[in-house]
Amino acid sequence: MSTEMHLIKFTKKGIYCPQGKFYLDPWYPVDYAIISHGHADHARWGMKRYLCMDDSKAILQHRLGAGITIESMPYGKELTINEVKVSFHPAGHVIGSAQIRLEHKGYVVVFTGDYKTQPDFLTTPFESIKCNTFITESTFGLPIYNWKSEEDLQRELQSWVTTNQQNDRTSVFLGYSLGKAQRLMSLLNGCDDIYVHRSIHNLNNAISESGIKLPETKLWSADLDKKTLQNKIIIAPPAILGSRMLKRLPNPATAICSGWMQIRGNRRWQAVDAGFAVSDHADWNGLIDAVKSSEAEQVYVTHGSQAVFSKYLDEIGIKADELVTEYGDEALAKAEAETDKVTAE
Amino acid sequence: MKLFSKLISAIEITNKTNAKIEALVNYFKIAPDKDKLWLIALFTGKRPARPVKTSLMREWCMEITKLPEWLFLESYSTVGDLGETIALLLPTPTHRLDLTLHEWMTRLKVLKSKSEEHKKAFVLEAWSGLDQQERLIFNKLIGGSFRIGVSKKTLVNALAKLTNIDTNQLMHSIIGNWDVDSITFEELIHGKHINYDNSKPYPFCLAYALEKELSELGEPNDWIVEQKWDGIRGQIVKRNNEIYIWSRGEELVTKQFPELVEAMQNFNDDFVIDGEILAMKDNDVLLFNDLQKRLNRKNVTKKLLEEVPVGFKAYDILEYNGSDIRDVAFIERREQLGSLFNSVPLSEHIKLSFLVDFKKWNDLHTIRDNSRVINSEGLMLKLKQSPYHTGRKKGDWWKWKVDPLTIDAVMIYAQKGSGRRSSKYTDYTFAVKKDDALVTVAKAYSGLTDKEITEISQWVNKNAIERFGPVRTVKPELVFEIAFEGIALSNRHKSGVALRFPRIARWRKDKPVDEIDTIDTVKQLITAP
Repeated sequence: MSTEMHLIKFTKKGIYCPQGKFYLDPWYPVDYAIISHGHADHARWGMKRYLCMDDSKAILQHRLGAGITIESMPYGKELTINEVKVSFHPAGHVIGSAQIRLEHKGYVVVFTGDYKTQPDFLTTPFESIKCNTFITESTFGLPIYNWKSEEDLQRELQSWVTTNQQNDRTSVFLGYSLGKAQRLMSLLNGCDDIYVHRSIHNLNNAISESGIKLPETKLWSADLDKKTLQNKIIIAPPAILGSRMLKRLPNPATAICSGWMQIRGNRRWQAVDAGFAVSDHADWNGLIDAVKSSEAEQVYVTHGSQAVFSKYLDEIGIKADELVTEYGDEALAKAEAETDKVTAE
Repeated sequence: MKLFSKLISAIEITNKTNAKIEALVNYFKIAPDKDKLWLIALFTGKRPARPVKTSLMREWCMEITKLPEWLFLESYSTVGDLGETIALLLPTPTHRLDLTLHEWMTRLKVLKSKSEEHKKAFVLEAWSGLDQQERLIFNKLIGGSFRIGVSKKTLVNALAKLTNIDTNQLMHSIIGNWDVDSITFEELIHGKHINYDNSKPYPFCLAYALEKELSELGEPNDWIVEQKWDGIRGQIVKRNNEIYIWSRGEELVTKQFPELVEAMQNFNDDFVIDGEILAMKDNDVLLFNDLQKRLNRKNVTKKLLEEVPVGFKAYDILEYNGSDIRDVAFIERREQLGSLFNSVPLSEHIKLSFLVDFKKWNDLHTIRDNSRVINSEGLMLKLKQSPYHTGRKKGDWWKWKVDPLTIDAVMIYAQKGSGRRSSKYTDYTFAVKKDDALVTVAKAYSGLTDKEITEISQWVNKNAIERFGPVRTVKPELVFEIAFEGIALSNRHKSGVALRFPRIARWRKDKPVDEIDTIDTVKQLITAP
């Protein structure tokens, strides 16, 4: 790891800015936390003060409780905290997701949180920022991960729904409540009636109340009769697999939507009817483009394929080091499932 | 190839046999004749020789993608399949090639004799004209196997559903000698090229596990007891000078066991006999692990025939010189089998499975406990008056297996599986204590639920000591109960012992590492023969 560190320190509680006296997405309770986005492995409970992007505010309040102390600001606006200039920039990951830019005495650090460089129909597109130090995720940091365009994905998903309808089957899409669910709604919008699981429904309400327009959906509740749901579209979190609620559906066809579905072994692992590589993270080329266009002298690689990706960056002449954090897919899966349980009540 | 590609997608996503059969039936309904024949050929191992070496395909892929070799290998170890890795790494197609399966296979057949330069041009042209799934299939057509859970049996069941032809006849038809270029689909499935009357087997008679006390079975004198040999149950059919060997899974395995075919030629009579195919050397039954080296081989080499000779221990006779004698009492069938085996000089590859000599039920306990010493799984109890039933029927036949041996061991290495399991760590190596260190005793990859495998994979990701390549060394923390069928001293193993058929009995979350077995306690399980 680099001995020269500007503006950031990697501590047990998370990434810390000593000059600004705040943390970025810390995993233990601290006094002041700046949050990149609402996923449970980045926005954790117990911080005395939170700062996030405007569109994330309602999400954090919904998930962490209305009583939290929270401030927010729009993309691009600069706030000075103890001489450190802080601003948010679109990350293209989920609604309200932001890269956090820090500047102190002309030195710039960008912390990406999670990001996706490919535009979708929902989030503000990723914006590349020049910096000295770039802290990037690496969830899909292998060259086997290359995503289809949003238009191709839309065709693929919608034609799957059509085939299911021809066979009298109800299409069930599985994806996280925050991010994947809204992305799927935007991809399937206009195809047929979309029903969503209660955890998604409640989160959607919170997002809509803050003034963001989402595609129209209905609540998938236990008392709906089978005929109503027949041949329709359902979006639910992955934890629903194997549940009674899913078994009660008339002839369901189930699809998992995740970047991991790029690999056959992963598609076949779960006993489902389809797997679509729909990801809210940057693919291999997306990661490399983001790193290159940041023009950073130093890159830190967090959660995912950090060993592989940092080694590759070094080989192409970009100084990169691994950084161990408590973000990432497994932490997310666990934390998201718990959040869904709480917010569905 | 669109149709074939669609079929493969439909088959590989499901783990339900019925859904696979459904997809195959739909394909057979609409695919062109020659494509159907190729599909059957490919799924029954009748593949033309590989025209392009995998090392070349790797090289060309790295050349196109300009990736360093270590990154290519890292991708390969994540995907777990070379053809798929290449399909995922290649850039998006530049044009669209639409050829039928037959057209592709015809081109691949002639490619074999072409120059490397020609081969490269052909493969690169195909790669840039196919989408991801089709590329993967193309790579599979060149070489590797289609591991998508379609057995010959599944294929036969689909054909039977389509045509209403008897499944065993279809099995014989697709396995028999035929060639895509000189037969039609109709001719193939109706068995124009075979004589099914000569090969037709009987359904196997199967036993349930003994679920009561021996004394509840009645008079010991009404029963015949024999060893339950641990090999592959088989039926040998000899009619009109033709010999066929069927496995319990209703597959024709004749070609895998040439020494058995030769041994049967000594007989003058026609018959159908039931017995166990075993690895056998100098009258001793070898381990099932040894027999496995002989299974599912396309070619049985002379070297392998010498290394692992195969024998047949006969249990029963079902047909004698054309008459079905399954309704005759077992004791009389046994006598018939005995006199058949006395009628000619027997090859060393065929034996009568001996009957266990006993007077009281109590005599059997010690005999069962010692079965392991002769590589038997336990005992079979058969009512003297029983007919040869069709399938599994309670009451007349019982199997009484020995209990497995168990030890507690700690996981030290984990490796990703292949195919459906390529995303998870499913293959583990276990160790026991030897003084202050650990020594490897077994590798096992079965016995856990999908949920447990997922949990362990997550643990491995967090606790791996090194992170490149397919094998992860992990902190010795997770303790498992390992069950196995036998144990012997071995010079080939570092620990000095070899376990037979080890598998995971359960995950001992309750047990700390310092309570695992030591190599000395493991060795105490060895019983002197």
